[in-house]
Amino acid sequence: MSTLLFDEPGPRARRRIRVATVAGVLVLLALLALAVRQFAANGQLAAERWQPYATWPMWRYLLGGLWSTALAAVVSAALAMAAGIALALGRLSRRRWVRLPSAAYVEAVRTIPALLLVYLVLFALPRYGLDLPLFWKLVVPLAVSNAAAFAEIFRAGILSIERGQGEAALALGLTHGQSMRLVVLPQAARRVLPSIVSQSVGLLKDTSLGFVVSYAELLYSGKVLANYNGLLIQTYVVVALVYLVVNASLSALARSLDRSAAGGGGPRRRKITRVPR
Amino acid sequence: MSALLDHLPEVWQGLVVTLQMTAASFAGAAVAGLVIVAMRVGPVPVLRAVATVYVETLQNLPLLVLLVLAVFGLPEIGLKAGLTTTAVVVIALYEGAYIAEALRSGVNAVSAGQGEAARALGLTFGQSLRHVVLPQALRTVVQPIGNIFIALTMNTSLAAAVGVVELTAAANRVNLLEARPIPVFVGAGLAYAAIAACAGFVTGRLERRLAVAR
Repeated sequence: MSTLLFDEPGPRARRRIRVATVAGVLVLLALLALAVRQFAANGQLAAERWQPYATWPMWRYLLGGLWSTALAAVVSAALAMAAGIALALGRLSRRRWVRLPSAAYVEAVRTIPALLLVYLVLFALPRYGLDLPLFWKLVVPLAVSNAAAFAEIFRAGILSIERGQGEAALALGLTHGQSMRLVVLPQAARRVLPSIVSQSVGLLKDTSLGFVVSYAELLYSGKVLANYNGLLIQTYVVVALVYLVVNASLSALARSLDRSAAGGGGPRRRKITRVPR
Repeated sequence: MSALLDHLPEVWQGLVVTLQMTAASFAGAAVAGLVIVAMRVGPVPVLRAVATVYVETLQNLPLLVLLVLAVFGLPEIGLKAGLTTTAVVVIALYEGAYIAEALRSGVNAVSAGQGEAARALGLTFGQSLRHVVLPQALRTVVQPIGNIFIALTMNTSLAAAVGVVELTAAANRVNLLEARPIPVFVGAGLAYAAIAACAGFVTGRLERRLAVAR
């Protein structure tokens, strides 16, 4: 194996690698021992404190929370994607009065924390007589903030389609709208699919704001459960593991989509554009 | 607007806390990211695996879950620290994973000849990373790191959900006292936008200053 930073190791390098391996493993074991000691010293390893999470009623409750999480994520993803496509087309429009507001929306929303939007919907809108149901109090701010991210992904996708595609469609007599809808967008959508899945993982992570809204998604269900049975760290560890399994599977899906999309076209490898969180 | 002006000290205090948290956790995230990326591009399989697991775990967990776990869970196993400190450490570790990924893409963008030349000159792995590869990698990832900085600033607001009184929480308190949501929340939003604009300006300047003429 030869990469950017090292060649096939020789005898000395192999010795150094062995030393680093042993040191790394020792540090890991020390950390693990420390964690186990802290858990044990505070009585958190006792079987009866973990045993509840081997029973079905607990899991039924948590899976109910996961279902609500999925529902909120799917609905806000659908709204955010629709708005994102509209904003992307708006930003690429030839008309200035469409282009400028779309750009302003994307740039402004990018710099407002989702939690501030949630507070706005929670505490500000009711004063103006708009008291949404709990579900929408979570979904609306998430859709508003993620629409900007989806817009940027779709815009990048549309711009990545070869100019000739749109020009050929126009030459065949399609209108501008038709060529966008029938020729450019379908190709762009396929191309940005991995980034869309990756962004949806981010959106799924954002649904944990249900904790603030008190919408009974996974994290809030965990809070309710922890307040009820007093098993704080156990409950939150289990909740974290559920999030990890779901999101890691989705991320793996994004990667395999990316590979299969790049696979046909030779060695050219596209990267998933991941919006930092 | 008076609702905001009457409570300027509280909002200002919140803004200061947000700025402090942002600075502290970005510094921590930069250190964590550098360590992780050094492990991840290095020749030791165990360390590579550890770094990969770290990045994958932290990128796939919601920050709020980590904050809740740290703030409410850690005292249960006898690890007690101040609320703000806990939040800063968690945000630093979380964003460290993103910085590590950005740096890794930068390292991958450095041409292979650079690493080969460094080795041909007899530089060790650490030396070639420090003197040859990372300086070039950092220049190519100024913009992505700037975006991570902006995301990190937005993410410090999540600390409000576990009880830290920073800008978002301060704005919410003022709103609850004054019941004048629009000026208060718009004011807070503008403050965040101003921070992001500064970050964008600085990264733009840095990118032009540091660009390598090739």
